[in-house]
Formats: sequence, C-alpha cells, structure tokens
Amino acid sequence: MSDKDPKDEALSSQHGIVLTPEQLRGRRARNIAIGLGVTFLAVLFYAVTIVRLGGAVANRSI
Amino acid sequence: MSDASYFDESTTPKLPVAAPLDFIALLKPRVMSLVVFTAFAGFLFAPTLPHPLIIFAALFAIAVGAGASGALNMWYDSDIDAIMRRTRMRPIPAGRISADTALAFGVILSVLSVFTLGFVSNWLAATLLAFTIFFYVVIYTMWLKRLTPLNIVIGGAAGALPPIVGYAAATGDVSVASLVLFAIIFIWTPPHFWSLAILKIDEYGSVGVPMLPNVSGLRRTRLEILVYCLVLAPIGAVPWCLGFASWLYGVTAVSLGLGLLILAAQLFVAQDEATIRQAARRMFAFSILYLFALFLMLTIERALNLIGLF
Repeated sequence: MSDKDPKDEALSSQHGIVLTPEQLRGRRARNIAIGLGVTFLAVLFYAVTIVRLGGAVANRSI
Repeated sequence: MSDASYFDESTTPKLPVAAPLDFIALLKPRVMSLVVFTAFAGFLFAPTLPHPLIIFAALFAIAVGAGASGALNMWYDSDIDAIMRRTRMRPIPAGRISADTALAFGVILSVLSVFTLGFVSNWLAATLLAFTIFFYVVIYTMWLKRLTPLNIVIGGAAGALPPIVGYAAATGDVSVASLVLFAIIFIWTPPHFWSLAILKIDEYGSVGVPMLPNVSGLRRTRLEILVYCLVLAPIGAVPWCLGFASWLYGVTAVSLGLGLLILAAQLFVAQDEATIRQAARRMFAFSILYLFALFLMLTIERALNLIGLF
C-alpha cells in the first residue's frame, strides 16, 4: 500500500511534482519536529513568565 | 512547452529528504554540549543563582545560539567540508540539506536564541551571545579561517566566551572569575587545535586552509604548542590562586598542567613523523581531558559550595 496522502498525490499530479516515499517521510518527520519544538517553546515561555512574575502574577485590574 | 516537459525531473529543483536528525547534526551537538557545560560553570560563579527554570531556559538559549553558529559555519564551509574526509558526511556536502536551508536555519535560530536569552535573563547576556555568534561566523569562519594561520588564536575567543555569557545571564554583569574562565579556554584553544592540525595536515593542505603546520611547518607548530602550554599551566591554577576554587582544584590544575607540559615537551622533541603523530594524538586527547577535568572540578566545587556542603 502506498504511504502517500491522497491530497498530496492530487496536488502533485496537478503541479507535476511527485514526492518520493523518502521525501514524504522526511517532510512528515520535519513537521512533527517543528510542532514539538513550537510546543516546547510555548510551554517554556509560559513557565518563565510565571516564574518571573512570581506572586505578582495575580495582581491585575479586574 | 508542455506541462510535462516543464516539470521534467531534470528541471525540477531537488526536494529535501532531510530528517530532523540531519538538522540536529547541523547544530554540532558535541560543540554545543561543551558550550553548555562551560556556560553552566559561568552561571555557578554568580553570588546568587536565579530560579532553576531561568537557568534552564538561559542555558537552552545559549545552546541554541551555539548550534546556530555551527549551522552557519557548515553553510559557509560546505565547499571545503565536501573535500575533507573528516567532514564530507556532514548534511550539506552529503546532499541531505541544501546550503540555503542551512543558512535560513542558522539565521532563524540565531535570532531566536538571542531574543530568548534577552527575555529570560537580561540584554547584556543576549548582546554577548549575539557577539559570540557574530565572532564565530563572521570573524572566524568567513574572515580569518582561510586567511591566516592565526585563525584559531583569534577565533578561539568565540569558544571562550560562554562562561562570560553564563555569568552575565545570572547576574547582568561581568566578573574577574568569568574572565579567568575565558582566559583558560582562550589559551587552551590553539595547542588543542594545532595538535589536531598536525594530524590532519594533508587534509587542511588539500583545501587551502592555512593552519599553522601547513604554513610554518611542524617544528614551529610544536614550539608554539609548548609555549602556549607553558602559559596555560599557570593560568589553569589562577582560580585557586585568586581564592574562588579550593586547594583540591589547585592540586588538580597543577597536576594536569604538568601532564600537559610533559606531553607538549614530548611532542616538541619528537624526531620522526610517526613519533610526532603519536605525540600529537596524545596531546590532542589529553587537552580535551584537561579542560573537561578543570571545569568539572570547578562546577562540582561551586555546586557543593552553593548547597553548603563544601
């Protein structure tokens, strides 16, 4: 069974570029790595903000 | 022209096959770990330490900055990396990542690391990190490396800056202690890399990088290594002399400094090529052990001191 996404195949045939299974695997792995990296950064910045604000995190105008 | 011929395989740009591990290889993980280690030592010399999460985030930013420098170095040097045996399997010469992608990756990570360090620590540390990246990529890689045999002498400053960046990230200041750590790495760098350059003399010659053995010969290089080790051995003991490391560190630094001097002297008096290569190999390996042991001792001592056990 082909591991190509049907949408990819449709787009590829429309534009004339067909990705090899290796390229598709690489792209999927890169996308997952970018997703994990961005999530890690979001959590890190949130946690650092809380640590830097400390008790003042609750001080805000209602 | 028909669509079919327009998108003919020969005219279609080569699409990337890079896996995340190839991008990690671009960051030079071994160099990155040394940078994190020495920056952490700089952190520990701060009178008071920030919250552990701030330390983690700052070290992460410094590590990413070091990795970005590595990626930009590989981008610029991909032409000579393709020729040298030691580097020809790196992601760009091996064809797994394009040079343009590596350039974009390095620039994005550089900006990200500097601003992250600025936000989580302070802007002095961020500026020092930006200067370190600039110095390594522009001053060392682009300018000095292919121009002069002093490339590693001046360029070594980039590798020596992380303890200063670490201390600045913790305190917003620069201290004598962090400058001493800088001096140890700065003086250590030339004999370490010249030992490697003796072993790789043919490879550096084939790509035209003017390393000292290629330009001034083996005799002059071995003399320079000996002179640098004569300077490095006492500098290694300075943290003990100035009172910010214990006698235990002092004994370690003096013993390892003597070991380094003995190996440098053996390299200097070696006669035939095989003996010179053997002595250079020993010198190279021992220099890694020397720096690692000194910083490990400093780190352990300071860590125990901070929790009141030493």
